[in-house]
Amino acid sequence: MASPSNNPPLLEVKNLRVEFPTRRGTLLAVDDVSFDIAPGEVLGVVGESGAGKSLTGNAIIGLLEPPGRIAGGEIRLEGRRIDNLPYEEMRKVRGARIGAIFQDPLTSLNPLYSIGRQLIETIQTHLPLSAAEARTRALDLLKEVGIPGAETRIDHYPHQFSGGMRQRVVIALALCAGPRLIVADEPTTALDVSIQAQIIALLKRLCREHGTAVMLVTHDMGVIAETADRVAVMYAGRIAEVGPVRDVVKHAKHPYTKGLMGSIPSLGVRTERLTQIDGAMPRLTEIPKGCAFNPRCTERGARCLVERPDLMAAGTSRAACWLHDRGGVGAPILKETVDA
Amino acid sequence: MLAFILRRILQSIAVLVAVGLVSFSLFRYVGDPINAMVGQDTTMEEREVLREKLGLNDSAPIQFLRFIGNAARGNFGLSYRTSEPVGRLILERVPATLELSFCAAVFVLFVGVPMGVYTGLYPKHWSSRLLQAVSLIGISLPTFLIGILLILVFAVMLHWLPSFGRGETVQVGWWTTNFLTWSGLKALILPAITLGLFQLTLIMRLVRSEMLEVMRADYIKFARARGLTNRAINFGHALKNTLVPVITVAGLQLGSLIAFAVVTETVFAWPGVGQLFIQSVQFSDIPVMAAYLLLIGLFFVLINLIVDLLYFAVDPRLRSQGGGARVAGH
Repeated sequence: MASPSNNPPLLEVKNLRVEFPTRRGTLLAVDDVSFDIAPGEVLGVVGESGAGKSLTGNAIIGLLEPPGRIAGGEIRLEGRRIDNLPYEEMRKVRGARIGAIFQDPLTSLNPLYSIGRQLIETIQTHLPLSAAEARTRALDLLKEVGIPGAETRIDHYPHQFSGGMRQRVVIALALCAGPRLIVADEPTTALDVSIQAQIIALLKRLCREHGTAVMLVTHDMGVIAETADRVAVMYAGRIAEVGPVRDVVKHAKHPYTKGLMGSIPSLGVRTERLTQIDGAMPRLTEIPKGCAFNPRCTERGARCLVERPDLMAAGTSRAACWLHDRGGVGAPILKETVDA
Repeated sequence: MLAFILRRILQSIAVLVAVGLVSFSLFRYVGDPINAMVGQDTTMEEREVLREKLGLNDSAPIQFLRFIGNAARGNFGLSYRTSEPVGRLILERVPATLELSFCAAVFVLFVGVPMGVYTGLYPKHWSSRLLQAVSLIGISLPTFLIGILLILVFAVMLHWLPSFGRGETVQVGWWTTNFLTWSGLKALILPAITLGLFQLTLIMRLVRSEMLEVMRADYIKFARARGLTNRAINFGHALKNTLVPVITVAGLQLGSLIAFAVVTETVFAWPGVGQLFIQSVQFSDIPVMAAYLLLIGLFFVLINLIVDLLYFAVDPRLRSQGGGARVAGH
């Protein structure tokens, strides 16, 4: 397993900001997000809906939907800056260096073309292969992702496959030009629970065999715990905590992560009730001053209401929380003063 | 698949019989054909003899069956106006109408579809907005006015193109064609544009809205994520997914082009079946009117049959479902 400190990073995201100009002002959906992914590493990105995790993924593959746009920071792949590439240059990176998998396998494939045609088209776009060679490669990929009877199935159309099989085809499509990184945006959310585990195991095995790094965007902590090497927890457009997956799951450092972990039912441990985090994530228009999590935080202090924490060392992880700063969270807040 | 085609053909025949009933009722209810055929000084006895001879005294169902039987053999009787066989009258004029409709359809598809794709891909661009605005004119101006304006500009003021008629034609077998002479081709331009303009704006708007819809689809986003070229995405993936509704409408439009050639043919004195129909209406020439109705019905049925078969060519999902469950709804 690759450790992030030894190798130069495959992907570097520095101070990424994604904004949406609207009539009522510009919304900052991804605010100053930085992280690295090492070659072959699986980075899990978790958070509630609207935390900015999918937008971060889309920004990396250069497919932010207008009017969303990258407003600051930089994204480097293998040392080369890719966030400001012209469309045609970025097109050559997509599929070839960065693959992508989306949530819904039912709608990710064009219904009017056979899966073989879609595979061959993608292979020939990126690799200098003849039609026959591309077909052979497509067949190999289909076998690799576990499609039984690939020789006949290659000429079938998407509607002739089940959801799980289609997601396997989607994975084959993402892998077909041998990318170094795959951005997988909720790859199992639309699938049956029994199929989810298979797809995750497949993705993990393939990426290990091909040495492909994965940015796994999901809201499912179970998937992350099983698959990821490191995990980044996002909240309201920022990273709240990032660290090795074991530490984050077992010894969460940020109150938000603790809340998330507390809300996952676990077998074998008798609990009367699952804990839940009170309140909801703020809308982008109403992000509070100081730490964005402070209205829902059980451990907040006076400092949290005023000063916004950046990521800071917290054991083996890094967390954006004043609890881990020398100064602490400041004076306790009396309940009455807040309500008033 | 074969069962589906057979079923469609049976349905088509049913539709044609229904159209036949309408045509037939023209004979029964639009005046007395004997009055149109004989002079004022014909005696009642002579009229009765003629009536008996033409089978007009038989019961309605028998007459209808005879009408359908004759029609199926291409026998529509004699024109009241010229006393020529109606079949031959129509056959002489069908090439003019079909060639005009064909040119209009080519104009509609080869100009309208690319315009729709363009305005769908770049909906915010000023030229798209301009095309959208201009297309409103195409939709709202009546055909005859467009024809007259075109004649005014290109025939009267500029003297570039003829204002009426087919120009020189060449006889190929029984078919007379415009396509082989320079003056024939020139004569086609203005009528074809006039006839097609309304349909062109319609298909442009349809393709545009379908493109806008399809470009939002997940498989387009995934195609982008795979790094496919814009050309492959726009014309390979997106356009093909707009085709099913576009084929449906284009088929109906082709039928309308043939049927509504009446107005254009009148404006341009185009010697087609539409003009023949107008003349027949003025003269109460019922056999010609009835045959014209049946002919248009036949064209519509044939076009719809072809459209249904095209669905299968375009959409693999229909092929494996083995039937036209989805198609039958159209």
